Amino acid sequence: MTLKTEPFIINLGPLHPSTHGVFRMRATLDGEVVVDLEPVFGYLHRGIEKLAEGRTYKQNIPFTDRLDYVASMSNNLPYVLAVEKLAGIQVPERAEYLRVIMAELQRIVSHLIAVGTFVNDLGAFFTPFMYMYREREKIIDLFEMVCGQRLLYNYMRFGGISHDVPEEFFPALKKFLKEMPGYLDEYDQLLAQNEILLARTKGVGILTRESAINSSVSGPTLRACGVEWDIRKANPYCVYDRFEFDIPTGSNSDCYDRYRIRMAEMRQSLRIIEQAVEQIPKGEVLNRTPLHLMPPAGEAYAAIESPKGELGFYLVSDGSDKPYRFHVRPPSLINLTVLREMVIGYKIADVMITLGSIDICLGEVDR
Amino acid sequence: MTKPLCGSEIASELKKEFAESIVENGDDYILVDSRTLTGIAAYLKDTTGFDFNCLNYIIAVDYNDYFELVYSLVSLKHNHSLTLKVRLTNKEAASLPSLSGLWRSADFQEREIYDLFGIRFESHPNLKRILLWDGFEGHPLRKDFCHDA
Repeated sequence: MTLKTEPFIINLGPLHPSTHGVFRMRATLDGEVVVDLEPVFGYLHRGIEKLAEGRTYKQNIPFTDRLDYVASMSNNLPYVLAVEKLAGIQVPERAEYLRVIMAELQRIVSHLIAVGTFVNDLGAFFTPFMYMYREREKIIDLFEMVCGQRLLYNYMRFGGISHDVPEEFFPALKKFLKEMPGYLDEYDQLLAQNEILLARTKGVGILTRESAINSSVSGPTLRACGVEWDIRKANPYCVYDRFEFDIPTGSNSDCYDRYRIRMAEMRQSLRIIEQAVEQIPKGEVLNRTPLHLMPPAGEAYAAIESPKGELGFYLVSDGSDKPYRFHVRPPSLINLTVLREMVIGYKIADVMITLGSIDICLGEVDR
Repeated sequence: MTKPLCGSEIASELKKEFAESIVENGDDYILVDSRTLTGIAAYLKDTTGFDFNCLNYIIAVDYNDYFELVYSLVSLKHNHSLTLKVRLTNKEAASLPSLSGLWRSADFQEREIYDLFGIRFESHPNLKRILLWDGFEGHPLRKDFCHDA
């Protein structure tokens, strides 16, 4: 007697602890094996691009915080860069350095959350996550010292940053820089050779190099495929050309490589911050711009290497004080293009790990 | 630095192959005829020297009289970039060929443009709304869209 079988459709999400937001995946299964998967978006769509057209350039800075809300410093930066490009605004050197310091601290925060939730999805329930949050808290304290906010910073301005850092910031930052490598070693001790982590992530969610480039994948997911592409090197902005750092790349393009690259990138970020602290000059941090800034008609695109990939803003000005068109190039959405091919042929339990290894933020996917 | 290729130089080179289809060019962009977009894109992707292996982003803008689509091509091999533009004057039945067959990154971005602007992409494998729900009326990023806010 033959057993009758048929494909089974299961909805993962929209409310599922491992989607880290409201996101749904419609998976077709053959037994435990995934044969098809369709991502469904839009649950967090707030229409930010439309709303931004009705507000002045300056009023839109807080909107950018709410895109990738776990890395809002990195979201402010490309927007102010795009407006500065559009209006031809110069930035004082000290502000450039502070922008780099904040963006790199933010990268560490974002990667800590990415790795923490990733191992959480693996079943290491909240223990490593809490370790990561312990260090995240220290950076959040630094941000609070700088701008009074702990999550949505609204710190960057056109022509610089809103205000200089307080006196106690640099001693506290130096203390953090001294301590952090030890904590990273601790994570490596706990995780890097952990048998469960290796068994669940090695050889899972493989993405080919050609496919990654063809799908415009960016960030750690691209670098895990062995592509040495980082906008900080390929097209430097701020003062990144003055620092020495390496681009960690993978060779197996699996979930483990993506985890490993995030760990390595945190060390590189510390290296950049150390150099920036040494080099930072004294002086002004803001070239004042009019409250109702009216850039000349035209268009500009500026992008940075955000923790999740290439985050860019495309702005069109018609000469008024509001953007005519405000577009975000969201790395999280474009990186999800490859999710389907990364999970086909793997088990249903690997879907969540693969999704976690891409590291998405739904605020940015849906906007 | 990523080198933006000069629009007028590339346009004169492209004119050898696609004489009729280059409408206009500036220093940093080439405006092409929407009917020949696929041909030009495939040429730029596969020709040695250009090697545009990555379609970085697609953006649509509603300029009241026409839609403008901006395609940013990047070559990770040579670290250079080029901007292609297309204009669609027939706004009610705006459509153009999909590039998702050449670059997979076009898939979700074209769906987003279809969703928010109502521009159809022919031969797109799965053209349906992506951010809004299926029963939503209108396309919000069009300038004539009325919203109560």
